[in-house]
Amino acid sequence: MKTIILRTASNYLLPILLLFSIFILLRGHYLPGGGFVGGLIASIAFVLHAFANGLKDTKKLLKIHPGFLMPLGLAIAFLSGLLPVLGFGEPFMTGLWLEYPIPVIGAIGTALFFDIGVYIVVQGVVLTIIITISESA
Amino acid sequence: MMQQLLIYPLLLQLFLSIVLMFAWGKVNLQRIISIVGSIVGLVFSGMLLYQVLTQGTQTMQAGNWAAPFGITFVADAFAATLVLLTSLAGLAVSCYSSASIIPARIRFGYFSIFHFLVLGLIGAFLTGDIFNLYVWFEIIIISSFVLITLGGEKAQIEGAVKYFTLNFLASIIFLTAIAVLYGLTGSLNMADLAVLVPKLENKTLVDVAAILFLIGFGIKSAVFPLYFWLPASYHTPPSAVQAIFGGLLTKVGVYALIRIFSLVFLGDSFLQETLIVIAVLTLFSGGIGALVQKNLRKVFSYLIICHIGFMIVGLAMFTEVALAGAVFYLIHDIVIKTNLFMISGLIYRIKGTVQLDKLGGLYDKYPKLSLLMLIPLLSLVGIPPLSGFWPKISLFLAAYDTQNYLVVGMVVFASLLTLIVVAKLWAEAFWKKDAELPERSHFLYFDKLWISRRIQFIAPIVLLTLVSLYIGFGAEHIQQLSTRIADELINHKQYIDAVMTNRN
Repeated sequence: MKTIILRTASNYLLPILLLFSIFILLRGHYLPGGGFVGGLIASIAFVLHAFANGLKDTKKLLKIHPGFLMPLGLAIAFLSGLLPVLGFGEPFMTGLWLEYPIPVIGAIGTALFFDIGVYIVVQGVVLTIIITISESA
Repeated sequence: MMQQLLIYPLLLQLFLSIVLMFAWGKVNLQRIISIVGSIVGLVFSGMLLYQVLTQGTQTMQAGNWAAPFGITFVADAFAATLVLLTSLAGLAVSCYSSASIIPARIRFGYFSIFHFLVLGLIGAFLTGDIFNLYVWFEIIIISSFVLITLGGEKAQIEGAVKYFTLNFLASIIFLTAIAVLYGLTGSLNMADLAVLVPKLENKTLVDVAAILFLIGFGIKSAVFPLYFWLPASYHTPPSAVQAIFGGLLTKVGVYALIRIFSLVFLGDSFLQETLIVIAVLTLFSGGIGALVQKNLRKVFSYLIICHIGFMIVGLAMFTEVALAGAVFYLIHDIVIKTNLFMISGLIYRIKGTVQLDKLGGLYDKYPKLSLLMLIPLLSLVGIPPLSGFWPKISLFLAAYDTQNYLVVGMVVFASLLTLIVVAKLWAEAFWKKDAELPERSHFLYFDKLWISRRIQFIAPIVLLTLVSLYIGFGAEHIQQLSTRIADELINHKQYIDAVMTNRN
């Protein structure tokens, strides 16, 4: 599938899809979206890149093995749930929020970090599966 | 921070699996992390049980959402005891795995998934929310599915397909039951359900939900007509995996049955009679099944089914004495079954086979090890004063009190069957003259292992044997604990109060 049209398109689509995935991730607090869908969209970006340029290039682009993203994302999600237990004596998973919203970004709470963790885990899982399957095929 | 002690064993297991994932390729590091982490987990669980016994039921509202709306974690004496036993079995199997699981499997994340499984088990015991219970069951299924297939041998895949299909079916039925119950009451919190369900007008639909729960949990705990997946799949994975499966997976189903039928669905005579019939048939078919098997692991698999019957009998009679018997048996059974499968793994490592007709001469060659293995086997039968004996007294008493003479007969019969099976096993594997087996090339025999590996093989067996000796000789303590748990299960008002008054 190494057509020039797809290859050129994928070079433009990769950053756009990644941006879109982050948009979906951040939008997910009150509207449809969130870490899971965002992570899927981000991994689709890489899968498309792999289709167009071959798996080798994509792996070079990723720098680290996507399997590593799984514990990383889990750790972020876990810590965001653990913070209220260790720091504030509140029950596990209690939502903690900064008192004043940060300009441009808005209010930041532990829920955001939990979602970021999910976003990373989903990417790690999907990419690991896709890479493993296409390498063994 | 100490008010949230009940969540610590849970969080620790999650933490361990994350850390183990980071240490993906480093086999020895993974072994050390797993064993040390499991010891810490055992300490946490011990502290939790102590706290529950001294200060009463502990609760935590996850995310600070008040009781009937958020997910509540509840540690009453029953849950805390089982969490302690899970951590104990987890420690034993973790130590055993580090010796018996080959490095290739460890490199594919064996330990990480193993701790996910323990996480699922602990979560299932601690949760006070019925939908959350479903989620923990899913975690258990997914991780056990990975553990059963890890290594990808043909027999493993075959066993895994049977295992997964039937357990998945059980989950769907369980989910349907939750949906029916939610439609009826509008609540998922178990304590809230215990208040709402008796008030319902539509008793027929409540019965339907109860039967659906019975079938769903019945498949998971392998009771009479629903157990066929268990002997078809349990003998395929490595023995360390079998040990944790045999010791704990079916027991989660039993725990869920006891919890649901002592809290939510009460006082239905049809249901009680059904449970008694199921339990009696489970005792019978499991025992008979164990009698005809030639493979050591299949014998143990059928014994699991047979002994599930003892716990269901206790639940079915639903008197305080009967429940105490069931809980005592549950405590005894987790320790014993985990130990038995580790023993079968040790025998496999010594002889290179687990076919009863090929085994022999173990007592001749390893007299001390054989005596060590004899203790769990005799405890399993229930030779007084070993641990299997005491819960049966309670079950007898309860059966006479409720005039279930069929149950009395069947409990005796099943114990007898177990005795015959164990006697046969002992004669075949230990006393029979050693048949000269052809030496298997590329097989790591026990006497060729390093001494440190051998210790890792034997130490967990010694640990669990000591615990079951304690359960036998210190039966008074366990009986007190079981009676207290049974009392809490029957007078479940304190459970409801503990969950519902915690509203902020």
